[in-house]
Amino acid sequence: MTRRASRWSAPASSIALTLGLLVAWAVITQREWVSPIFLPSPAATFNALVDGLSRGELLGLTAGTVERMAYGWVLASFIGIALGALIGTSVTLRAWLQPMLEVIRPLPASAVMPIAIALIGLSPAMVLAVIAFGAVWPVLLATIHGFASIEPRLHEVGRVLRLSPLAFVCKIGLPNALPDALAGMRLSLTVSLILAIVGEMLASQQGLGQAILQAARAFRPADLFAGVVLLGVIGFVSNTLLTAAERRVLRWKQL
Amino acid sequence: MKPDLRGLAVPAALMVLAEAGMRLNQVQSDALARPTEVAGALWQAVRDGSVWLSSGQTLWAALAGLALGGGLGLLLGLWLGLSRRAAQASTLSVELLRPVPSVALIPLSMLVFGFGSGMEIAVVAFTCFWPMLILTQAAVRQVEPRLLEVAQMLGFPPLARVTKIVLPAALPRIFMAFRLSVGIALVVGVTVEIAANPQGLGYALMNAQQSLRPDLMFALVLWIGLMGWGLSAGLLALQHRWFRHSLPGGTGGQS
Repeated sequence: MTRRASRWSAPASSIALTLGLLVAWAVITQREWVSPIFLPSPAATFNALVDGLSRGELLGLTAGTVERMAYGWVLASFIGIALGALIGTSVTLRAWLQPMLEVIRPLPASAVMPIAIALIGLSPAMVLAVIAFGAVWPVLLATIHGFASIEPRLHEVGRVLRLSPLAFVCKIGLPNALPDALAGMRLSLTVSLILAIVGEMLASQQGLGQAILQAARAFRPADLFAGVVLLGVIGFVSNTLLTAAERRVLRWKQL
Repeated sequence: MKPDLRGLAVPAALMVLAEAGMRLNQVQSDALARPTEVAGALWQAVRDGSVWLSSGQTLWAALAGLALGGGLGLLLGLWLGLSRRAAQASTLSVELLRPVPSVALIPLSMLVFGFGSGMEIAVVAFTCFWPMLILTQAAVRQVEPRLLEVAQMLGFPPLARVTKIVLPAALPRIFMAFRLSVGIALVVGVTVEIAANPQGLGYALMNAQQSLRPDLMFALVLWIGLMGWGLSAGLLALQHRWFRHSLPGGTGGQS
């Protein structure tokens, strides 16, 4: 009986706290402790959300942002894994290149945006390039690390089996680097979303980032909050999906 | 120990190539600048003090935001780490709020605080709150349970238990969380300035791009990169010095 109670008490308390926070939000807005220009009520936010979604307007904006994020992320993952495999397998390349990569990594990706604007202009391609540039680092460095830490005896196995370098990368290297690469890809997904939003704000591309900026400028707080909620949902769903995929792909490792 | 110069060779070679190529082809561009021009622009910005002024603004906003958000995250993380029930109750709310991308709050912050340090501090604080919360909670969880039993046996009051046992034991990991958060704070600060806030290094960067000064633009990107790299290298050195023996692997924990 007590065990059953404790099994349910954890989620129950968790849900209760979330509901409590929602109620607090509702009370604060109802009493107007905070000006409604800054903080719309939960009901107003919900209405703006339902309204925008049913008219299809918010759906289009969400799709725009998700598409940008996904393309940039896929591009970054491909480049990161391919380059990472190349640099990771060669001790020489690692010694020559890795210090430079480690120095570039902490550079805020958004700082590259002005350069990209100057080179490419205010276009969707610019946003995509910046997302790919910013999101490539976690994947690239994690993949290099994954390749660099391959058990030395596996190299010997590869030599004994006379695997070509490409076959070695595909059959031994990639499966070994996969856990690292996937962890990097999860991080770069977050980076992709952030850069997609900033890119939309700066380059006025159709998407949620631009929409919430306009909502703020036009003092439409309910639309602003609806956009922020949707961006939170995008972050939550993409991260959850990727974590589930990661668990599935790495199932062989847990055995 | 001989320093490995191979890592320096590649960037140096790239610079020489860029310089030579642009001189030979007599490139006159609004988007590109020769490395020597970039160095000249940086030297001038350092001498006339403009880069110090904007660095000061960026650093102040980033560190104030870190102190505010990171401090709150630290306190809450300590509590959630110590109390299983509090941790369970917070799970859902944390999981729902954490994925909201930090930059999505730029328009809201703009609406509430207007332009200036306030909005930037608010966005940085929101961003730094989460890693400090999660990592502090994890750090406290990993405190040897027997230490807590000892404290209980000695009859320490709760506050003394935290200050005398938990904090010292969790400090190495908390410092690691702090080091990560400093990097995040700087990145987010620059991003907020690039996207909206007219002050600091990010704004100077956007300004250089818009006034067609590619030399200054690259100089500022270089400066931001050096600053971020210097900060993270300095903190990493401190971590090695203070906590070398108390982190897993005895190396001070590279991750």
